[in-house]
Amino acid sequence: MEEFVDVSLRLLEGFSSSVIIFVFTLIFAIPLGLLIAFCSMSKFAPLRIVSRTIVWVLRGTPLMLQIFVIFYLPGLLKLFVWPAMNTGWAWFDKTISTRLIAALVAFSINYAAYFSEIFRGGIEGIPKGQMEAGEVLGMTKPQIFFKVILMQVVKRIIPPMSNEIITLIKDTSLANVISVLELIFWAQTFMLEGLIWPLFYAGAFYLVFVGALTLFFNWVEKKLSYYKV
Amino acid sequence: MAFLEVKEIYKSFGKTDVLRGISFSLEEGQVLSIIGSSGNGKTTLLRCLNYLEFADSGTVTLNGKLISDGKVLKSLKESQIRENRLHFGLVFQSFNLFPQYTALQNVNLALSLMEKERAKKGVEPLYDEPSIEVAKKLLIKVGLEDKMDLYPCQLSGGQCQRVAIARAMALKPSVLCFDEPTSALDPELTGEVLRVIKELKESEGITMIIVTHEMSFAKNVSDKVLFMVDGIVEEMGAPVEVFDNPKSDKLKAFLQGINEK
Ligand SMILES: Nc1ncnc2c1ncn2[C@@H]1O[C@H](COP(=O)(O)OP(=O)(O)OP(=O)(O)O)[C@@H](O)[C@H]1O
Ligand SMILES: [Mg+2]
Repeated sequence: MEEFVDVSLRLLEGFSSSVIIFVFTLIFAIPLGLLIAFCSMSKFAPLRIVSRTIVWVLRGTPLMLQIFVIFYLPGLLKLFVWPAMNTGWAWFDKTISTRLIAALVAFSINYAAYFSEIFRGGIEGIPKGQMEAGEVLGMTKPQIFFKVILMQVVKRIIPPMSNEIITLIKDTSLANVISVLELIFWAQTFMLEGLIWPLFYAGAFYLVFVGALTLFFNWVEKKLSYYKV
Repeated sequence: MAFLEVKEIYKSFGKTDVLRGISFSLEEGQVLSIIGSSGNGKTTLLRCLNYLEFADSGTVTLNGKLISDGKVLKSLKESQIRENRLHFGLVFQSFNLFPQYTALQNVNLALSLMEKERAKKGVEPLYDEPSIEVAKKLLIKVGLEDKMDLYPCQLSGGQCQRVAIARAMALKPSVLCFDEPTSALDPELTGEVLRVIKELKESEGITMIIVTHEMSFAKNVSDKVLFMVDGIVEEMGAPVEVFDNPKSDKLKAFLQGINEK
Protein backbone atom coordinates (compact mmCIF):
# COMPACT_ATOMS: atom_id res chain seq x y z
CA MET A 1 0.00 0.00 0.00
CA GLU A 2 2.74 2.35 0.92
CA GLU A 3 4.41 1.45 -2.35
CA PHE A 4 1.24 2.21 -4.28
CA VAL A 5 0.89 5.62 -2.67
CA ASP A 6 4.53 6.38 -3.35
CA VAL A 7 4.27 5.36 -7.02
CA SER A 8 1.02 7.26 -7.42
CA LEU A 9 2.53 10.46 -6.08
CA ARG A 10 5.59 10.20 -8.30
CA LEU A 11 3.59 9.44 -11.40
CA LEU A 12 1.20 12.24 -10.62
CA GLU A 13 4.14 14.61 -10.30
CA GLY A 14 5.46 13.37 -13.63
CA PHE A 15 2.06 13.71 -15.23
CA SER A 16 1.79 17.29 -14.06
CA SER A 17 4.94 18.05 -16.10
CA SER A 18 3.37 16.31 -19.09
CA VAL A 19 0.24 18.41 -18.69
CA ILE A 20 2.30 21.59 -18.36
CA ILE A 21 4.02 20.81 -21.66
CA PHE A 22 0.64 19.98 -23.18
CA VAL A 23 -1.10 23.16 -22.06
CA PHE A 24 1.69 25.59 -22.84
CA THR A 25 2.38 24.00 -26.20
CA LEU A 26 -1.26 24.60 -27.14
CA ILE A 27 -1.14 28.16 -25.86
CA PHE A 28 1.94 28.98 -27.94
CA ALA A 29 1.45 26.73 -30.96
CA ILE A 30 -2.11 27.78 -31.92
CA PRO A 31 -1.40 31.50 -32.47
CA LEU A 32 2.01 30.74 -33.94
CA GLY A 33 0.40 28.19 -36.24
CA LEU A 34 -2.16 30.79 -37.41
CA LEU A 35 0.65 33.22 -38.14
CA ILE A 36 2.57 30.58 -40.11
CA ALA A 37 -0.61 29.62 -41.96
CA PHE A 38 -1.14 33.21 -43.11
CA CYS A 39 2.52 33.48 -44.14
CA SER A 40 2.17 30.23 -46.09
CA MET A 41 -0.80 31.70 -47.96
CA SER A 42 0.80 35.10 -48.52
CA LYS A 43 0.76 36.60 -51.99
CA PHE A 44 4.34 37.77 -51.31
CA ALA A 45 6.37 34.89 -52.69
CA PRO A 46 9.55 35.10 -50.54
CA LEU A 47 7.52 35.05 -47.33
CA ARG A 48 5.44 32.16 -48.60
CA ILE A 49 8.49 30.16 -49.63
CA VAL A 50 10.36 30.74 -46.37
CA SER A 51 7.27 29.83 -44.40
CA ARG A 52 6.58 26.64 -46.33
CA THR A 53 10.22 25.61 -46.10
CA ILE A 54 10.16 25.99 -42.34
CA VAL A 55 7.01 23.90 -42.17
CA TRP A 56 8.62 21.27 -44.38
CA VAL A 57 11.68 21.03 -42.13
CA LEU A 58 9.66 20.92 -38.93
CA ARG A 59 7.31 18.27 -40.20
CA GLY A 60 10.02 16.40 -42.07
CA THR A 61 12.35 15.72 -39.15
CA PRO A 62 11.65 13.83 -35.94
CA LEU A 63 10.41 15.84 -32.98
CA MET A 64 13.03 14.05 -30.86
CA LEU A 65 15.77 15.45 -33.05
CA GLN A 66 14.30 18.93 -32.74
CA ILE A 67 14.24 18.60 -28.97
CA PHE A 68 17.93 17.68 -28.97
CA VAL A 69 18.81 20.54 -31.27
CA ILE A 70 16.93 23.12 -29.23
CA PHE A 71 18.42 21.82 -26.00
CA TYR A 72 22.03 21.39 -27.01
CA LEU A 73 22.62 23.82 -29.85
CA PRO A 74 22.81 27.05 -27.85
CA GLY A 75 25.26 25.47 -25.43
CA LEU A 76 27.39 24.08 -28.23
CA LEU A 77 27.42 27.41 -30.01
CA LYS A 78 28.51 29.04 -26.82
CA LEU A 79 31.27 26.48 -26.42
CA PHE A 80 32.66 26.50 -29.95
CA VAL A 81 31.70 29.78 -31.54
CA TRP A 82 32.03 32.22 -28.71
CA PRO A 83 34.21 30.49 -26.16
CA ALA A 84 35.48 33.89 -25.09
CA MET A 85 32.03 35.11 -24.35
CA ASN A 86 31.88 33.66 -20.91
CA THR A 87 29.41 36.09 -19.49
CA GLY A 88 27.40 33.61 -17.54
CA TRP A 89 24.74 34.07 -20.16
CA ALA A 90 23.33 30.58 -19.88
CA TRP A 91 20.75 29.49 -22.36
CA PHE A 92 19.81 26.01 -21.42
CA ASP A 93 22.05 25.01 -18.60
CA LYS A 94 21.20 21.68 -17.18
CA THR A 95 18.71 22.62 -14.49
CA ILE A 96 15.25 21.12 -14.47
CA SER A 97 13.38 24.28 -15.39
CA THR A 98 15.53 25.09 -18.39
CA ARG A 99 15.11 21.54 -19.64
CA LEU A 100 11.38 22.08 -19.44
CA ILE A 101 11.68 25.37 -21.30
CA ALA A 102 13.75 23.76 -24.05
CA ALA A 103 11.11 21.05 -24.41
CA LEU A 104 8.34 23.67 -24.53
CA VAL A 105 10.11 25.62 -27.25
CA ALA A 106 10.65 22.49 -29.34
CA PHE A 107 7.07 21.26 -28.90
CA SER A 108 5.60 24.69 -29.63
CA ILE A 109 7.38 25.25 -32.93
CA ASN A 110 6.90 21.65 -34.02
CA TYR A 111 3.18 21.65 -33.31
CA ALA A 112 2.79 25.15 -34.75
CA ALA A 113 4.01 23.72 -38.05
CA TYR A 114 1.43 20.94 -37.96
CA PHE A 115 -1.35 23.27 -36.85
CA SER A 116 -0.46 25.77 -39.58
CA GLU A 117 -1.08 23.16 -42.24
CA ILE A 118 -4.42 22.27 -40.68
CA PHE A 119 -5.40 25.95 -40.54
CA ARG A 120 -4.26 26.52 -44.11
CA GLY A 121 -6.17 23.50 -45.36
CA GLY A 122 -9.23 24.65 -43.41
CA ILE A 123 -9.14 28.17 -44.82
CA GLU A 124 -8.31 27.15 -48.38
CA GLY A 125 -11.01 24.50 -48.30
CA ILE A 126 -13.79 27.05 -47.83
CA PRO A 127 -15.53 27.41 -51.21
CA LYS A 128 -14.61 30.62 -53.00
CA GLY A 129 -18.30 31.38 -53.36
CA GLN A 130 -18.54 32.16 -49.64
CA MET A 131 -15.99 34.95 -49.97
CA GLU A 132 -17.63 36.19 -53.17
CA ALA A 133 -21.10 36.16 -51.67
CA GLY A 134 -19.79 38.39 -48.88
CA GLU A 135 -18.06 40.66 -51.34
CA VAL A 136 -21.09 41.27 -53.55
CA LEU A 137 -23.06 42.08 -50.40
CA GLY A 138 -20.60 44.90 -49.74
CA MET A 139 -18.93 43.31 -46.73
CA THR A 140 -15.32 44.23 -46.02
CA LYS A 141 -12.56 41.62 -46.06
CA PRO A 142 -12.28 41.51 -42.24
CA GLN A 143 -16.06 41.25 -41.90
CA ILE A 144 -16.08 38.34 -44.32
CA PHE A 145 -13.27 36.58 -42.47
CA PHE A 146 -14.70 36.98 -38.99
CA LYS A 147 -18.44 36.72 -39.72
CA VAL A 148 -18.49 34.21 -42.53
CA ILE A 149 -15.28 32.22 -42.98
CA LEU A 150 -13.98 31.72 -39.45
CA MET A 151 -16.82 29.62 -38.03
CA GLN A 152 -16.73 27.38 -41.08
CA VAL A 153 -12.98 26.93 -40.68
CA VAL A 154 -13.41 26.07 -37.00
CA LYS A 155 -15.93 23.43 -37.84
CA ARG A 156 -13.74 21.93 -40.55
CA ILE A 157 -10.57 21.77 -38.49
CA ILE A 158 -12.00 20.21 -35.36
CA PRO A 159 -11.47 16.58 -36.44
CA PRO A 160 -7.81 17.03 -37.55
CA MET A 161 -7.08 19.31 -34.59
CA SER A 162 -8.46 16.80 -32.13
CA ASN A 163 -6.20 14.17 -33.67
CA GLU A 164 -3.14 16.36 -33.27
CA ILE A 165 -4.06 17.37 -29.76
CA ILE A 166 -4.51 13.76 -28.71
CA THR A 167 -1.14 12.94 -30.24
CA LEU A 168 0.40 15.84 -28.32
CA ILE A 169 -0.35 14.47 -24.87
CA LYS A 170 1.34 11.22 -25.82
CA ASP A 171 4.24 13.04 -27.51
CA THR A 172 5.05 14.82 -24.25
CA SER A 173 6.84 11.58 -23.29
CA LEU A 174 9.53 12.57 -25.81
CA ALA A 175 10.68 15.24 -23.37
CA ASN A 176 12.14 12.29 -21.51
CA VAL A 177 15.14 12.38 -23.88
CA ILE A 178 16.43 15.56 -22.26
CA SER A 179 15.49 14.28 -18.82
CA VAL A 180 12.42 16.37 -18.21
CA LEU A 181 10.78 14.68 -15.24
CA GLU A 182 7.58 13.76 -17.01
CA LEU A 183 5.38 10.71 -16.61
CA ILE A 184 7.45 8.16 -18.52
CA PHE A 185 10.61 9.30 -16.74
CA TRP A 186 9.16 8.24 -13.39
CA ALA A 187 7.64 5.04 -14.70
CA GLN A 188 11.06 4.17 -16.09
CA THR A 189 12.72 4.94 -12.77
CA PHE A 190 10.46 2.42 -11.03
CA MET A 191 11.06 -0.11 -13.77
CA LEU A 192 14.80 0.12 -13.21
CA GLU A 193 14.10 -0.60 -9.54
CA GLY A 194 12.36 -3.80 -10.64
CA LEU A 195 8.73 -2.63 -10.61
CA ILE A 196 6.89 -3.34 -13.86
CA TRP A 197 3.31 -2.38 -13.00
CA PRO A 198 3.94 1.41 -12.81
CA LEU A 199 4.47 1.27 -16.57
CA PHE A 200 0.88 0.15 -17.04
CA TYR A 201 -0.24 2.58 -14.41
CA ALA A 202 1.42 5.36 -16.41
CA GLY A 203 -0.40 4.12 -19.51
CA ALA A 204 -3.67 4.52 -17.64
CA PHE A 205 -2.91 8.19 -17.02
CA TYR A 206 -2.62 8.80 -20.76
CA LEU A 207 -5.71 6.74 -21.45
CA VAL A 208 -7.88 8.65 -19.02
CA PHE A 209 -6.62 11.98 -20.33
CA VAL A 210 -7.18 10.98 -23.95
CA GLY A 211 -10.62 9.66 -23.03
CA ALA A 212 -11.53 13.02 -21.53
CA LEU A 213 -10.21 14.85 -24.60
CA THR A 214 -12.21 12.58 -26.89
CA LEU A 215 -15.40 13.25 -24.95
CA PHE A 216 -14.68 16.97 -25.09
CA PHE A 217 -14.16 17.01 -28.85
CA ASN A 218 -17.24 14.88 -29.43
CA TRP A 219 -19.20 17.42 -27.45
CA VAL A 220 -17.79 20.32 -29.48
CA GLU A 221 -18.55 18.55 -32.75
CA LYS A 222 -22.08 17.94 -31.61
CA LYS A 223 -22.46 21.59 -30.63
CA LEU A 224 -21.51 22.58 -34.16
CA SER A 225 -23.56 19.95 -35.93
CA TYR A 226 -26.52 22.26 -36.48
CA TYR A 227 -25.03 23.33 -39.79
CA LYS A 228 -23.11 21.67 -42.57
CA VAL A 229 -20.19 23.20 -44.42
CA MET B 1 -29.35 58.03 -72.03
CA ALA B 2 -30.60 54.74 -70.68
CA PHE B 3 -30.63 53.87 -66.98
CA LEU B 4 -27.83 51.32 -67.41
CA GLU B 5 -25.29 51.68 -70.18
CA VAL B 6 -22.66 48.99 -70.61
CA LYS B 7 -20.10 49.83 -73.27
CA GLU B 8 -17.42 47.75 -74.93
CA ILE B 9 -16.52 45.43 -72.09
CA TYR B 10 -13.37 43.41 -72.80
CA LYS B 11 -12.02 40.71 -70.57
CA SER B 12 -9.42 38.04 -71.12
CA PHE B 13 -7.91 35.41 -68.88
CA GLY B 14 -4.32 35.04 -70.03
CA LYS B 15 -4.57 34.28 -73.71
CA THR B 16 -8.29 33.47 -73.72
CA ASP B 17 -10.43 36.40 -74.77
CA VAL B 18 -13.68 35.77 -72.96
CA LEU B 19 -15.50 39.07 -73.47
CA ARG B 20 -14.79 40.88 -76.72
CA GLY B 21 -16.67 44.12 -76.62
CA ILE B 22 -20.03 43.65 -74.95
CA SER B 23 -22.39 46.61 -75.10
CA PHE B 24 -26.01 46.92 -74.13
CA SER B 25 -28.36 49.30 -72.40
CA LEU B 26 -31.32 48.83 -70.14
CA GLU B 27 -34.09 51.09 -68.87
CA GLU B 28 -35.04 51.26 -65.22
CA GLY B 29 -37.37 48.43 -64.24
CA GLN B 30 -36.55 46.43 -67.33
CA VAL B 31 -35.40 42.85 -67.42
CA LEU B 32 -32.60 41.69 -69.70
CA SER B 33 -32.13 37.99 -70.32
CA ILE B 34 -28.79 36.72 -71.53
CA ILE B 35 -28.82 33.44 -73.39
CA GLY B 36 -26.12 31.48 -75.16
CA SER B 37 -24.39 28.15 -74.97
CA SER B 38 -21.91 27.10 -72.33
CA GLY B 39 -18.54 28.80 -72.05
CA ASN B 40 -19.53 31.93 -73.94
CA GLY B 41 -18.73 34.34 -71.16
CA LYS B 42 -22.15 34.95 -69.63
CA THR B 43 -20.99 34.34 -66.07
CA THR B 44 -17.85 36.39 -66.69
CA LEU B 45 -19.97 39.34 -67.78
CA LEU B 46 -22.04 39.28 -64.58
CA ARG B 47 -18.88 38.88 -62.52
CA CYS B 48 -17.38 41.94 -64.20
CA LEU B 49 -20.50 43.99 -63.43
CA ASN B 50 -20.19 42.91 -59.78
CA TYR B 51 -16.44 43.52 -59.61
CA LEU B 52 -15.65 39.90 -58.88
CA GLU B 53 -13.52 40.18 -62.00
CA PHE B 54 -12.01 43.38 -63.32
CA ALA B 55 -12.82 44.12 -66.94
CA ASP B 56 -9.75 44.99 -69.01
CA SER B 57 -11.59 47.87 -70.60
CA GLY B 58 -15.07 49.21 -71.15
CA THR B 59 -17.40 51.38 -69.11
CA VAL B 60 -20.54 51.00 -67.06
CA THR B 61 -22.77 54.01 -66.56
CA LEU B 62 -25.71 53.95 -64.20
CA ASN B 63 -28.25 56.75 -64.02
CA GLY B 64 -25.86 58.97 -65.96
CA LYS B 65 -23.03 58.34 -63.52
CA LEU B 66 -19.90 56.54 -64.66
CA ILE B 67 -19.38 53.80 -62.09
CA SER B 68 -16.85 51.59 -63.78
CA ASP B 69 -14.09 52.23 -66.26
CA GLY B 70 -11.92 49.26 -67.17
CA LYS B 71 -8.86 51.45 -67.58
CA VAL B 72 -8.80 52.68 -64.01
CA LEU B 73 -10.39 49.69 -62.28
CA LYS B 74 -7.18 48.11 -61.10
CA SER B 75 -5.98 51.29 -59.47
CA LEU B 76 -9.19 51.78 -57.47
CA LYS B 77 -9.04 51.47 -53.73
CA GLU B 78 -10.80 48.60 -51.98
CA SER B 79 -13.28 51.04 -50.40
CA GLN B 80 -14.21 52.61 -53.76
CA ILE B 81 -14.77 49.21 -55.27
CA ARG B 82 -17.01 48.31 -52.36
CA GLU B 83 -19.04 51.44 -52.89
CA ASN B 84 -19.43 50.92 -56.65
CA ARG B 85 -20.22 47.27 -56.19
CA LEU B 86 -23.28 48.07 -54.11
CA HIS B 87 -25.07 49.33 -57.22
CA PHE B 88 -25.26 45.71 -58.27
CA GLY B 89 -26.50 42.56 -56.62
CA LEU B 90 -25.72 39.01 -57.67
CA VAL B 91 -27.62 35.79 -57.16
CA PHE B 92 -25.35 32.81 -57.73
CA GLN B 93 -26.13 29.57 -59.47
CA SER B 94 -25.08 27.65 -56.34
CA PHE B 95 -26.78 30.06 -53.87
CA ASN B 96 -23.66 30.53 -51.69
CA LEU B 97 -25.72 30.96 -48.55
CA PHE B 98 -23.74 31.13 -45.32
CA PRO B 99 -24.26 27.66 -43.82
CA GLN B 100 -23.80 28.64 -40.19
CA TYR B 101 -26.61 31.19 -40.25
CA THR B 102 -30.37 30.76 -40.44
CA ALA B 103 -32.32 32.04 -43.42
CA LEU B 104 -33.14 35.21 -41.48
CA GLN B 105 -29.55 35.75 -40.36
CA ASN B 106 -28.36 35.24 -43.93
CA VAL B 107 -30.58 38.07 -45.12
CA ASN B 108 -29.86 40.28 -42.14
CA LEU B 109 -26.07 39.93 -41.83
CA ALA B 110 -24.72 42.23 -44.53
CA LEU B 111 -27.61 44.67 -44.15
CA SER B 112 -27.14 45.08 -40.40
CA LEU B 113 -23.38 45.62 -40.87
CA MET B 114 -24.11 48.19 -43.55
CA GLU B 115 -26.65 50.06 -41.42
CA LYS B 116 -24.19 50.15 -38.52
CA GLU B 117 -21.51 51.54 -40.76
CA ARG B 118 -23.85 54.18 -42.16
CA ALA B 119 -24.94 55.22 -38.69
CA LYS B 120 -21.30 55.56 -37.65
CA LYS B 121 -20.50 57.69 -40.69
CA GLY B 122 -23.62 59.78 -40.17
CA VAL B 123 -25.11 58.71 -43.50
CA GLU B 124 -28.85 58.17 -43.47
CA PRO B 125 -29.88 54.52 -43.16
CA LEU B 126 -31.03 52.42 -46.11
CA TYR B 127 -34.29 51.71 -44.29
CA ASP B 128 -36.29 53.44 -41.55
CA GLU B 129 -36.94 50.11 -39.87
CA PRO B 130 -34.45 47.95 -38.02
CA SER B 131 -32.64 45.63 -40.41
CA ILE B 132 -34.09 42.48 -38.86
CA GLU B 133 -37.63 43.67 -39.69
CA VAL B 134 -36.55 44.38 -43.25
CA ALA B 135 -35.06 40.90 -43.50
CA LYS B 136 -38.29 39.33 -42.24
CA LYS B 137 -40.38 41.26 -44.76
CA LEU B 138 -38.09 40.20 -47.58
CA LEU B 139 -38.38 36.56 -46.60
CA ILE B 140 -42.15 36.88 -46.46
CA LYS B 141 -42.02 38.40 -49.92
CA VAL B 142 -40.21 35.36 -51.31
CA GLY B 143 -42.69 33.06 -49.57
CA LEU B 144 -40.53 31.79 -46.72
CA GLU B 145 -42.47 33.12 -43.77
CA ASP B 146 -42.33 29.77 -41.97
CA LYS B 147 -38.70 28.95 -42.80
CA MET B 148 -36.93 31.96 -41.34
CA ASP B 149 -35.23 30.13 -38.52
CA LEU B 150 -34.05 27.14 -40.53
CA TYR B 151 -30.45 26.65 -41.62
CA PRO B 152 -29.58 26.30 -45.32
CA CYS B 153 -28.96 22.57 -44.89
CA GLN B 154 -32.58 22.23 -43.77
CA LEU B 155 -33.98 23.96 -46.85
CA SER B 156 -34.63 22.68 -50.34
CA GLY B 157 -32.62 24.07 -53.24
CA GLY B 158 -35.52 26.24 -54.34
CA GLN B 159 -35.94 27.63 -50.84
CA CYS B 160 -32.20 28.31 -50.60
CA GLN B 161 -32.27 30.23 -53.83
CA ARG B 162 -35.22 32.29 -52.61
CA VAL B 163 -33.28 33.14 -49.45
CA ALA B 164 -30.36 34.15 -51.67
CA ILE B 165 -32.67 36.43 -53.67
CA ALA B 166 -33.99 38.05 -50.48
CA ARG B 167 -30.42 38.49 -49.26
CA ALA B 168 -29.37 40.20 -52.49
CA MET B 169 -32.43 42.49 -52.42
CA ALA B 170 -31.76 43.61 -48.86
CA LEU B 171 -29.02 46.02 -49.92
CA LYS B 172 -31.30 47.70 -52.48
CA PRO B 173 -29.10 47.22 -55.52
CA SER B 174 -30.02 49.29 -58.56
CA VAL B 175 -29.51 46.27 -60.81
CA LEU B 176 -29.98 42.70 -59.63
CA CYS B 177 -28.08 40.04 -61.58
CA PHE B 178 -28.95 36.34 -61.66
CA ASP B 179 -26.52 33.72 -62.90
CA GLU B 180 -28.57 30.72 -63.99
CA PRO B 181 -30.66 30.89 -60.82
CA THR B 182 -32.38 27.57 -61.47
CA SER B 183 -29.61 25.48 -63.02
CA ALA B 184 -28.67 23.80 -59.75
CA LEU B 185 -32.28 22.91 -58.97
CA ASP B 186 -34.40 19.84 -59.58
CA PRO B 187 -36.86 20.56 -62.39
CA GLU B 188 -39.86 20.57 -60.06
CA LEU B 189 -38.26 23.33 -57.96
CA THR B 190 -37.44 25.78 -60.75
CA GLY B 191 -41.01 27.07 -60.94
CA GLU B 192 -41.07 28.56 -57.43
CA VAL B 193 -37.86 30.50 -58.04
CA LEU B 194 -38.89 31.78 -61.46
CA ARG B 195 -42.23 32.85 -60.00
CA VAL B 196 -40.44 34.89 -57.32
CA ILE B 197 -38.24 36.58 -59.91
CA LYS B 198 -41.24 37.43 -62.03
CA GLU B 199 -43.02 38.85 -59.01
CA LEU B 200 -40.05 41.06 -58.21
CA LYS B 201 -40.29 42.55 -61.63
CA GLU B 202 -44.00 43.11 -61.41
CA SER B 203 -44.40 44.32 -57.84
CA GLU B 204 -41.04 45.97 -57.15
CA GLY B 205 -39.99 47.06 -60.62
CA ILE B 206 -36.43 45.96 -60.04
CA THR B 207 -34.01 46.23 -62.94
CA MET B 208 -32.66 42.78 -63.59
CA ILE B 209 -30.12 40.96 -65.73
CA ILE B 210 -30.77 37.23 -65.89
CA VAL B 211 -28.50 34.64 -67.42
CA THR B 212 -30.73 31.67 -68.06
CA HIS B 213 -31.26 28.49 -70.03
CA GLU B 214 -35.03 28.62 -69.39
CA MET B 215 -36.17 29.94 -72.74
CA SER B 216 -39.88 30.12 -72.02
CA PHE B 217 -39.13 32.05 -68.85
CA ALA B 218 -36.81 34.42 -70.71
CA LYS B 219 -39.46 35.01 -73.34
CA ASN B 220 -42.10 35.56 -70.74
CA VAL B 221 -40.33 37.85 -68.29
CA SER B 222 -37.84 39.90 -70.27
CA ASP B 223 -38.07 43.19 -72.04
CA LYS B 224 -34.87 42.47 -73.90
CA VAL B 225 -32.96 39.34 -74.80
CA LEU B 226 -29.23 39.22 -75.52
CA PHE B 227 -27.78 36.24 -77.34
CA MET B 228 -24.10 35.89 -76.72
CA VAL B 229 -21.57 33.92 -78.73
CA ASP B 230 -17.85 33.82 -77.89
CA GLY B 231 -17.91 37.00 -75.89
CA ILE B 232 -19.77 39.00 -78.53
CA VAL B 233 -23.38 40.16 -78.68
CA GLU B 234 -24.57 38.11 -81.62
CA GLU B 235 -28.16 39.32 -81.52
CA MET B 236 -30.22 41.49 -79.20
CA GLY B 237 -33.82 42.60 -79.21
CA ALA B 238 -37.31 42.21 -77.84
CA PRO B 239 -38.18 38.60 -76.89
CA VAL B 240 -40.67 38.21 -79.72
CA GLU B 241 -38.04 39.19 -82.27
CA VAL B 242 -35.29 37.07 -80.80
CA PHE B 243 -37.32 33.95 -80.21
CA ASP B 244 -39.87 34.04 -83.01
CA ASN B 245 -37.93 35.82 -85.69
CA PRO B 246 -34.21 35.16 -85.16
CA LYS B 247 -31.94 36.73 -87.75
CA SER B 248 -28.50 35.29 -87.15
CA ASP B 249 -27.81 31.71 -88.18
CA LYS B 250 -26.11 30.96 -84.90
CA LEU B 251 -29.19 32.01 -82.96
CA LYS B 252 -31.39 29.90 -85.24
CA ALA B 253 -29.17 26.90 -84.64
CA PHE B 254 -29.09 27.57 -80.89
CA LEU B 255 -32.87 27.78 -80.60
CA GLN B 256 -33.28 24.72 -82.78
CA GLY B 257 -30.91 22.78 -80.52
CA ILE B 258 -32.94 23.75 -77.49
CA ASN B 259 -36.27 22.81 -79.03
CA GLU B 260 -34.96 19.39 -79.88
CA LYS B 261 -34.10 18.66 -76.28
N1 LIG C 1 -10.94 32.66 -63.67
C1 LIG C 1 -10.80 32.18 -64.92
N2 LIG C 1 -9.58 31.87 -65.40
C2 LIG C 1 -9.43 31.41 -66.66
N3 LIG C 1 -10.44 31.19 -67.51
C3 LIG C 1 -11.68 31.47 -67.09
C4 LIG C 1 -11.93 31.98 -65.79
N4 LIG C 1 -13.26 32.16 -65.64
C5 LIG C 1 -13.80 31.79 -66.81
N5 LIG C 1 -12.87 31.38 -67.69
C6 LIG C 1 -13.11 30.93 -69.07
O1 LIG C 1 -13.92 31.88 -69.70
C7 LIG C 1 -14.84 31.26 -70.57
C8 LIG C 1 -16.23 31.74 -70.29
O2 LIG C 1 -16.63 31.29 -69.03
P1 LIG C 1 -18.04 31.66 -68.39
O3 LIG C 1 -18.12 30.97 -67.10
O4 LIG C 1 -18.19 33.14 -68.38
O5 LIG C 1 -19.05 31.02 -69.43
P2 LIG C 1 -20.61 30.86 -69.32
O6 LIG C 1 -21.17 31.46 -70.56
O7 LIG C 1 -21.11 31.38 -68.04
O8 LIG C 1 -20.81 29.29 -69.40
P3 LIG C 1 -21.91 28.37 -68.67
O9 LIG C 1 -23.17 28.47 -69.46
O10 LIG C 1 -21.32 27.02 -68.74
O11 LIG C 1 -22.05 28.85 -67.27
C9 LIG C 1 -14.66 29.76 -70.39
O12 LIG C 1 -13.93 29.26 -71.49
C10 LIG C 1 -13.87 29.63 -69.13
O13 LIG C 1 -13.01 28.52 -69.21
MG1 LIG D 1 -21.99 30.45 -66.32
